[in-house]
Amino acid sequence: MSGDSVTWIELQKESDPMDFSKKVSHLSSSFLSGKTLDLNFRLKQLKALLRLYEENNGKILEALHKDMRKSELEAYLYEVTLMKNDCRDAIQLLKSWAKPKFLKRNWLVLADEAWIEKVPFGVVLVIGTWNYPFQLTLVPMCGAIAAGNCVIIKPSEISSYSAAVMAELIPKYLDRDCYQVVLGGPEETEKLLEEKFDYIFYTGSMKIGKKIHAAANKYLTPVTLELGGKSPVFVDDTVNYAMTARRIMWGKCMNMGQTCVAPDYILCSKKVEIELIKEMKITLQEWYGSDSKKATDLSRIGHKRHFERLKMFLSNSGSIALGGGIDESELWIEPTILVNVKPMDPIMQEEIFGPILPIVTINSPDEAIKFINARPHPLCLYIFSEVKCLQEQMKNMTQSGTAVINDTIVQFAIDELPFGGIGESGMGYYHGKFSFDTFTHQKGVVERNFSFLADKVGVFRYPPYTERKINFISFLMGHWKKFKIVYFDYIPYFLCFLLGIVLVILVQYFL
Amino acid sequence: MSTNMTSVITKSRSAFSSERTLAVSFRLAQIKNLLAMINECQDEIVSALHADLRKSTMEATLYEVELVRSEIAYFIRNLKNLAKKEKLPMNLLACLDSGYIQREPYGVVLILGAWNYPLSLSLLPLIGAIAAGNCVILKPSELAPNTAQTLSKIVPRYLDTECFHIYEADLEGTKELLKNKFDYIFATGSTNMGRSVMAAAVPHLTPLTLELGGKSPIFIDDSSDYELATKRILWGKCMNLGQTCIAPDYILCSKNVEKEFLTVATRVLTEWYGTNWKQSLDLTRILNEKNFLRLQKMIEETKGRIAFGGQMDQQTLWISPTVIVDIPDPSDIVMQEEIFGPILPIITVDSADEAIKIIKSRPKPLSLYVFSKDNSVIQEFVKRTSSGGICINDVIWQNGWEGLPFGGVGESGFGNYHGKYSFETFSHKKSVLQRGFSYMSEKLGEARYPPYNDSKLRFFTTIIRHIHSFNVNINWCRVTSHFFAGCFGALVLFLYLRYLK
Repeated sequence: MSGDSVTWIELQKESDPMDFSKKVSHLSSSFLSGKTLDLNFRLKQLKALLRLYEENNGKILEALHKDMRKSELEAYLYEVTLMKNDCRDAIQLLKSWAKPKFLKRNWLVLADEAWIEKVPFGVVLVIGTWNYPFQLTLVPMCGAIAAGNCVIIKPSEISSYSAAVMAELIPKYLDRDCYQVVLGGPEETEKLLEEKFDYIFYTGSMKIGKKIHAAANKYLTPVTLELGGKSPVFVDDTVNYAMTARRIMWGKCMNMGQTCVAPDYILCSKKVEIELIKEMKITLQEWYGSDSKKATDLSRIGHKRHFERLKMFLSNSGSIALGGGIDESELWIEPTILVNVKPMDPIMQEEIFGPILPIVTINSPDEAIKFINARPHPLCLYIFSEVKCLQEQMKNMTQSGTAVINDTIVQFAIDELPFGGIGESGMGYYHGKFSFDTFTHQKGVVERNFSFLADKVGVFRYPPYTERKINFISFLMGHWKKFKIVYFDYIPYFLCFLLGIVLVILVQYFL
Repeated sequence: MSTNMTSVITKSRSAFSSERTLAVSFRLAQIKNLLAMINECQDEIVSALHADLRKSTMEATLYEVELVRSEIAYFIRNLKNLAKKEKLPMNLLACLDSGYIQREPYGVVLILGAWNYPLSLSLLPLIGAIAAGNCVILKPSELAPNTAQTLSKIVPRYLDTECFHIYEADLEGTKELLKNKFDYIFATGSTNMGRSVMAAAVPHLTPLTLELGGKSPIFIDDSSDYELATKRILWGKCMNLGQTCIAPDYILCSKNVEKEFLTVATRVLTEWYGTNWKQSLDLTRILNEKNFLRLQKMIEETKGRIAFGGQMDQQTLWISPTVIVDIPDPSDIVMQEEIFGPILPIITVDSADEAIKIIKSRPKPLSLYVFSKDNSVIQEFVKRTSSGGICINDVIWQNGWEGLPFGGVGESGFGNYHGKYSFETFSHKKSVLQRGFSYMSEKLGEARYPPYNDSKLRFFTTIIRHIHSFNVNINWCRVTSHFFAGCFGALVLFLYLRYLK
């Protein structure tokens, strides 16, 4: 690490749990002061965040390499570039996201207005994770800032270099009264969760997700939980095997399979299995040569405990068709394909989160659907098939956070698509405008007035109640919609109509 | 676990697995059947509401039945559109790919109704959950037993009995029910209830919406029309005898406004309810003895002065509309918890700013009401306070306004519903991306594969940076219809020139 950045141990001492109360209360006062409500203030902070990304590329890439031996391309593309894009979009679109949404007026209450005001929640806690430590912490943070909240981020202690960089840089670029970083492990997180937050955003495992949700109950804090699960890949025999093998292996090898949206296991027939393995072997050879351990493009397993867990799968589930090499000193596991995997094998009981790809053979798409539906809802479903009705059938008859046909992972990078799980894979969404909406309370506002007409419309509601009043108000309520002023919607059509007339006149004139 | 509960849950699960609720036509048919139910059983429903709360026909009809009718009408008009795939704009760089958001049901939804509006607070979420394609178990509040029994009787006659169930249970039964896994929980009730429900949802990672309550403050400034403000506030307060989650809870105003309010209030209440308010049939009753005693305690132990009202009759569960003034400090018994009754405390403040400070020092309310003719004052409240919703120069209206989301924030709850927001609440937004195996599709994504090098990095960075510029944000339907409008204009003039001139 460069000479002027702070080490994890030094920062750890600074994050005294006793300070958490003070930090949260300080941010709470900042929020109550109304500072973050101003759009210009938020824009300034977002621009500063963008500068943080742009001016510290080197530091960020170095930390990612130290934490997980992430290659420069993966670190730059799948962390920094996505973060920059996200921040730029927020800067460009903030005004349109934040502006109140006015509803159409109604003839019955012409002077009344109704609109939806976008209001920040208050103090938001973002708990990050270790596999994409910057992106999965700072992208939600960006959304929370854009929505006008004060934010505390708690990066994962497992990716300690990345956590240290965030702890160093955030206070340098962002307003310290409104945005803070807290460092710590499970104990510190538990202490932190005793404080009152107005929203909690967590990315990580289901086990911890439940603990966070339970802690949020104390103050009835709403949460978004981005969890994981086993994302199945269904492949049928209509596909282009070479492309399919590449797209699946790309998803699996990215960050050594330590991606929440990584393809977890394959469901296919024996025939497809043979073809896929053939192509995957060619692909891996092309990409990483004969000794993939030497390829700098492959990262390493995040930490020892995780390595041990993955190592067990190599011996207790199925048989190795490809790969299987390990090196404990480097936390290295070779991209591996397992065959003859049974549904009850240990590798099929939990999310793999590593470079091991089991193939479970099935005899039909229906069997695949049954298999998927018998398990917790995954974060992603990947369907490889050229048959349109089969694609629709698999997608519609299963439940998953997201679904991709004929590729893997790419849906994550599309900001216009909400990203989030269902069931055990999580709740809530983010990315792009969905981040903004997640961290915003939509406040319904009705503005009436004291005019004669405005009062007359509502006067029948007062006691004493009579049948005439009931009938009249029932009629109004039943026909309310008919009085909505939609005529302004038809103006463009009318103008086009006039344009048609003008064009005929011009044609007549010149001909 | 009772046999009945097991069977209801099992039936719902297998009904959802049968996938019949996925068809929009099925959902629409069920919603239309609900409309038939409301139309054919209206009298029975109104009687049940009267038996539970002594609700007058007007309140039962307008603030229960009509609200349900409006919600049904909304979905009949809009369900097909709501359920459609929401397509992303085409991107020229990836024109062979398509992305869209598909809204799907969660599965088996549990709805816990409330007792104060036992019909609408049960059926409004039910309609939304059905519209979104879920199977539903609705547990109406046992504290409004007549309405619960009526729903148990009539709903199975109109709705599919495999997919939709009315499950009656008391508090213990509800706790047992909550031990089971549901795919979504929607609960309306008190903050304590909210905590129990959330605690039950956690082990199953069940998402939920909690519609809770809180003390909804009203600020009246000196510029208001006191007559109209007073009438509107009293209307909101007396509706269901104050037992409304968005009832105006307490007033913040100057001493001068307080004086005006009291003058108008006594006159207006007499106009409405005669000289003996207890005898008016338009006023409901307190739900039960427990709530009565809670409110009685407030009246007896407040350190404030009763300006008018204060009459109580335990036998008939009657409490008179009561206004309390000169409250010496914020920890007074009437300012501790949501009143949920016909007691209206007035706290005097010197300015809008002081009122805002008081409001911000308390838990976020479900509603906030501001009465003022001064737009800058109104904007202060709208921008500087946080509440579930706001109504300016009236009360309650934000609840029934089509197009507005209804829900709390902070301790008044989270999530929202009504109309389109109900549909969103009970749906999961599944992102779908469709790619192909064409040459172009593969070429575009090829640079992502190892071995990594600088030119691949540069290529992808540029693509990701500029991809949005290649979005084609054209709504082809709109373009076509405008084009036809133009052609129609041309045709009209052409025919006029040719044949009529």
